[in-house]
Amino acid sequence: MLFRAKARFSSTIGLEDIFVGHSHIEWKGEKLTEDAFDWQSPVSGTVYGSLLNFQEQKDAFSSEFSKAPYNNPPERPILYIKPRNTINAHLREVAIPNGVEAVEINATLGVVIGKTVTNVRDENALEYVEGYTIVNDVSVPHESFYRPAIKQKARDGFCPIGPWIVPKENLPNPDGLMIWTFKNEELIQVTSVKDLVRSIPKLIQDVTEYMTLAKGDLLLIGVPHNPPVATVGDTIRIEIDQIGSLENRFVLENVRIAGGEKV
Amino acid sequence: MKHARIACFGAIHEATEVNGGIKLADGRFVNEKEVVWLPPVEAGTIFALGLNYADHASEISFKAPDEPLVFLKGPNTLLGHNGETRRPRNVEMMHYECELAVVIGKKARNVKCEEAYQFVSGYTVANDYAIRDYLENYYRPNLAVKNRDTLTPIGPWFVEKEEIDDPMNLKLYTYVNGELKQEGSTKDMVFDIPFLIEYLSSFMTLNENDIILTGTPKGTVNVVEGDEVVVGIEGIGELRNTIVGDSVFAR
Repeated sequence: MLFRAKARFSSTIGLEDIFVGHSHIEWKGEKLTEDAFDWQSPVSGTVYGSLLNFQEQKDAFSSEFSKAPYNNPPERPILYIKPRNTINAHLREVAIPNGVEAVEINATLGVVIGKTVTNVRDENALEYVEGYTIVNDVSVPHESFYRPAIKQKARDGFCPIGPWIVPKENLPNPDGLMIWTFKNEELIQVTSVKDLVRSIPKLIQDVTEYMTLAKGDLLLIGVPHNPPVATVGDTIRIEIDQIGSLENRFVLENVRIAGGEKV
Repeated sequence: MKHARIACFGAIHEATEVNGGIKLADGRFVNEKEVVWLPPVEAGTIFALGLNYADHASEISFKAPDEPLVFLKGPNTLLGHNGETRRPRNVEMMHYECELAVVIGKKARNVKCEEAYQFVSGYTVANDYAIRDYLENYYRPNLAVKNRDTLTPIGPWFVEKEEIDDPMNLKLYTYVNGELKQEGSTKDMVFDIPFLIEYLSSFMTLNENDIILTGTPKGTVNVVEGDEVVVGIEGIGELRNTIVGDSVFAR
């Protein structure tokens, strides 16, 4: 029951082929446990997130659409960027900033772009996908979606990705996937890729109508309604069927940085 | 010193300005008309500021914000000097924005205003086009307005910070088809460069080659297919760009 995946480790350059089994990972013919690896994000391109793409989140927000400052419901996919300082990996710590009580856990599926794509039709969109991975779009809770949420979403380490990329051939029906979020091993949220406002192909179509997605970029399918929160000491594990589990522990930001250097 | 990245003789080259000419790192001199100019910096995170000049904020019916209005841009938006920017058909309002681009020189976290310039490596010129037809009030300015391919010409030169005495007192200007349309001074920024570095680094790490586009003064007008747009900043450079239509992209 092994399946092939691609991963990146701190000791390697580029992506490595691994084989994922129930209790071990096979890499270069050796069988190892997950914690034997120093996992890095398997994604190297730009990370684009999508807002209001889970139907439940959109429905819950719909009474606001006609009010100021929104005035109208959204027409095009609403995207945001998780910049490079946010990129984090499996089994690494996420720091909760000083002065922030708890952070949102936005469990989502990441679609890895395999070929650069512009203005594609939905029926052809999956040709440009390399595979899928798990993402935790950590955010400082915010009520308003009016202005870009840089201060809420662009904190260091706020985007764990991984552990690996599963090739699309392994997941012929991504719309059927379920996303399970566990806090300290207790199940706290379940969402389904079926619940998307725009399915994965439709999202790729409507995004690439206005911008190119490059090989290596990552498109997040959406953030859940009512995301759970994590506080210092919690361990969050996000599991997606047929992909795996992305696990991170939340710690207190305890850095005194002067002159750009950690001390 | 002024640096550029250009393509010629079948390769990409680092170049510097020597006596007004372009000298490649391998010693050859090239004519500026015979080269392809690339963005002068291989950008990391690209930050941009909205409403960071009080006169432009009032021009588009906003009061200047109490806190910087920051948004991010992807690498798909960048292109070099003499490039072509796409204007989709049927849009009514596409405007240029002449902006001072600040390039971060080293990792910066929790930096105070007083030491902020230590974390700057230099400057370049950017034109942060916007297509206002696509404005929606979610994470505004939304990516459909600002993050389209080719919307952010940048260059021609990366100018080391030592060449610029006071980046907070530089003239900015835009010519469309040779006619002066926009004029301002960086001294009129609402949030100045040291403040922006302190602000951003107070909650996130800035890294080498991250770029901050610091906003535009008033005087932004509609541009159409065929227009030649030149944005310039005193002491840093003039960046030329041409607006092209959908037919060029087979759309």
